[in-house]
Amino acid sequence: MYDIIIVGGGVIGCSIARTLSKYDKKIGLIEKNYEICQETTKANSAIVHGGYDCKPGSLKAKMNVKGNSMFPELSKDLDFTFNKIGSLVLAFSEDEMKTVEELYNRGIENKVQGLEIIDAKRVKEIEPKVSDQVVGALYCASAGVVDPFNLTYAMMENAMDNGVELFTETELIGLEKNHDGILVKTNNGDFQTKYVINAAGLYSDKIANMGGDYDFNIIPTKGVYRLFDKKKSDTINTVLFQTPTERGKGVLVTATYDGNTMIGPTSDKIGTVEDTTTESESLAIIDKLGKLSVPDLNPKNTIRVFTGVRAKPNTGDFMIYASKNMEGLVHCGGIESPGLVSAPAIAEYVEEILIENGMDTKKNPNYNPKRKGIVRISELSTEEKSEKIKENPAYGKIICRCETVSEGEIIEAIRRNAGAKTVDGVKRRVRAGMGRCQGGFCGPRVIEILARELNIDPTEVRKDLSGSKIVERHLKK
Amino acid sequence: MENKKEFTCIVCPVGCHLTVTKEENQYNVNGNTCKRGEIYAQQEMIAPKRNIASTIRVEDGFLNLVPVKTDKQIPKEMIFDVMKEINKYRVTAPIKVGDILIENILGTGSNIVATRNIAKNN
Amino acid sequence: MLNYDLVVIGGGPAGLAAAVEAKKNGIDSILIIERDRELGGILNQCIHSGFGLHEFKEELAGPEYAQRFIDQVNELGIEYILNTMVIELNKDKEIIALSEDGLINIGAKSIVLAMGCRERTAGAVAMNGYRPAGVYTAGMAQRMMNMEGLMVGKEVVIYGSGDIGLIMARRMTLEGAKVKCVVEISPQSSGLNRNIAQCLNDYDIPLYLSHNINKVHGKEKIEGVTICKVDEKWQPIKGTEQYFSCDTLLLSIGLIPENELTVNAGIEIGEVTNGPKVKSNMETSMEGVFSCGNVLHVHDIVDFVTKESRVAGKNAADYIKGINDSDGKKLFETEAGNGVSYVIPNYVVSGGKDGANLYFRSRKPYKKVEVKVLIGDKVIKTKKMPAMIPSEMVNIPLSPEEIANLNDKIKVEVKEIGK
Repeated sequence: MYDIIIVGGGVIGCSIARTLSKYDKKIGLIEKNYEICQETTKANSAIVHGGYDCKPGSLKAKMNVKGNSMFPELSKDLDFTFNKIGSLVLAFSEDEMKTVEELYNRGIENKVQGLEIIDAKRVKEIEPKVSDQVVGALYCASAGVVDPFNLTYAMMENAMDNGVELFTETELIGLEKNHDGILVKTNNGDFQTKYVINAAGLYSDKIANMGGDYDFNIIPTKGVYRLFDKKKSDTINTVLFQTPTERGKGVLVTATYDGNTMIGPTSDKIGTVEDTTTESESLAIIDKLGKLSVPDLNPKNTIRVFTGVRAKPNTGDFMIYASKNMEGLVHCGGIESPGLVSAPAIAEYVEEILIENGMDTKKNPNYNPKRKGIVRISELSTEEKSEKIKENPAYGKIICRCETVSEGEIIEAIRRNAGAKTVDGVKRRVRAGMGRCQGGFCGPRVIEILARELNIDPTEVRKDLSGSKIVERHLKK
Repeated sequence: MENKKEFTCIVCPVGCHLTVTKEENQYNVNGNTCKRGEIYAQQEMIAPKRNIASTIRVEDGFLNLVPVKTDKQIPKEMIFDVMKEINKYRVTAPIKVGDILIENILGTGSNIVATRNIAKNN
Repeated sequence: MLNYDLVVIGGGPAGLAAAVEAKKNGIDSILIIERDRELGGILNQCIHSGFGLHEFKEELAGPEYAQRFIDQVNELGIEYILNTMVIELNKDKEIIALSEDGLINIGAKSIVLAMGCRERTAGAVAMNGYRPAGVYTAGMAQRMMNMEGLMVGKEVVIYGSGDIGLIMARRMTLEGAKVKCVVEISPQSSGLNRNIAQCLNDYDIPLYLSHNINKVHGKEKIEGVTICKVDEKWQPIKGTEQYFSCDTLLLSIGLIPENELTVNAGIEIGEVTNGPKVKSNMETSMEGVFSCGNVLHVHDIVDFVTKESRVAGKNAADYIKGINDSDGKKLFETEAGNGVSYVIPNYVVSGGKDGANLYFRSRKPYKKVEVKVLIGDKVIKTKKMPAMIPSEMVNIPLSPEEIANLNDKIKVEVKEIGK
């Protein structure tokens, strides 16, 4: 008998799991994929937005601004990368400056910290690579970029340290109200629970339907991105937005949490949540728009293109509420941008809803809000490197050359409680294969280490999803 | 057999475009830039031969596989038979480059030889 | 801190030849640093024959070629360390390397950079469609197959007609896979003609020139690709689409020199080659630091790597002995003239005692050409060639006499001399 079952192992589900793990509850998180962090959470802009463009009074505005204020401490507690590098909304004409002013005013109304309208000269000082066409900008000092993967893994690891159970490859197929609460039916057996939290992202409307709720629909909206190689000459220091016009929202050019440059996304409504394809037409659009902000972006330096699908609700706002039809069911649907920054605030909001709906607040006596990240050998000083290798020689064995990732880090990524089970899982946790050779060299080694650590045959090792096996067979056996 | 044939020489990286014509019982080769090209072209007309490379499973070695090659060309049409035969074998480390691992494979007159050292696993 | 006269970074064919040559030129204190578990580099996975025609006048398999140099390293007692990754090189020629034994600081009088190259990846070509399992660079699949004994698939499409892709088409066919086709966006293959003949034609594998992969199908594991014809501007031609089912897509779309260390050390990099700029003695812009092999520019045959690396090894030895061939002498740039994409070395040392070995590639395929080497406006050498293709590097050595009193740039150009 569970107290709470959370559906979905994206950033929202994991954040809720961690927040609720401070209570003395039996909590399970079910995820349909082979690993957590597999859908919208793994492919987005990874921006900790300031919160000035959300409609005042909306749930989005509240969650964004509160979430933003939580990130500095959260990143310390959970030891993931959050760089408060600030954002600029670039204006290319006096007309656009008017929009910048509107955004500023909206931001003030939303109580966004660190907002300022600045002139072209200041813009250039902050970001020397921007176009000379820029006439001014809205600067938001409180915005930043985050490692979306380790944010999510950290929250799940921490939740599990505090007793939450994780069930992967467990897909919800039905919800049934009964005397004890709700029966959660999955392909991996049934779970009896008091509360169910729907944090199923792209599938959140379908799950709401299972509870008899039809208040919102997801309009899957895809965004194509281009990620550039880390090159000193191409470095961007901030998050660069363009002023939204009737023609569109523009694209962003940003630094990532690890110092790559990234451009994107497009925003295309698509028929299916599954469609993570990229196409050259979309890339051409973001290339063209990206160059407006930073003229010397060179697509030749691309190391990866990818597509994320956002769970855009037809209602325009986050849909976080207790079901009117099924007692104990709480929806957390339609979490599109700014969902990532909102995640910690959303978790607290869900906590309040649960308490309003009768959840007792007996504390978990063993609750510990802190979690240590995996030590990155490349980030240590010379002396620290020496120490670390003495303590564990595997940290001296470099597997990924491009990002200088050691076998020690990879083993740690696999052995953690919400550990990596796939090649991409390793990549997202410790960056082996994230660099410019994209796993060409380290791929075979990572497969070998995964097989050894998980005690499976190399033919069983997957790239990411359940059906993504890499090796077909052994030769000469 | 046709009287005229064109193909790319595989003897060296230059990859000359060869034209072979048959006159009476003689093959005339054009397009070659060396003697070896001519020999290759004539052989190709009579009975094409190839070298192949593969691997053999190794027991007890630093690696699980040893790369091997034919030390003489084999008839082209026997390539897959030879591959099948190679795949039946297992050898034990240590192995030295040049070691004959399969002698006179399928009676072709070609040996399968190791192309690297494989030390014993310790 | 450890101290060596010469540190060679990379134990592949380039590093091995440079180390052996330095030793033969009287340097005893040499260390080769190799990141893999053994010496030999990428040659260890290139089990096919075709190496050593220039160097040994016979056709060796990749590992055999490597073994000959590894044997020399052992016979000459040259020191090497394995499983060790150099993570930093600074301006004082100090090296930081990591291994399971710890962090090592190494000081060197001279350094040879021989880190090789890596493969271009899917990101670089931005294919339409999904990014599923089953898409690998040809070299990665080659390593898994030939060294780990792991076969990546049974129905294969190969994108790009580089030599590794062609070799893998044959290799996978021999091991029972069905190779559906090789797709090349250019009107000509980037691999050698002999490889098209013996790797594709022999096994009836079609080569689609002027074709591109339109779409990758399959979300979790690749299920197939749609290919289509492209026009001269590489734009898809509607109505020419063809679908091939496959569980594997191998990419053979080029190699890029691996110069993270070089760049971080502040050494000047050439724009076309993506490798360090070097003088005719193979010295980079950092004094006493030399470079050779695929880290300098991508080669098509290993014999040239060896030849070039000997020059680097010898000059590193000379430098250690206090003879710096470029010291105090005038440098003149080399220029890629008509029809030539690049020339290595980037600078020729006027009066360089060993002459200068020019390596270059043509921009496009040519039939019957005359290659001219000019000093200023004066033609000093011509070489007639029946054909010239970008995938085949050309070497023209210049003697010490020919560069004795340089007074102008050296230019290499290609001229067609009729059909």
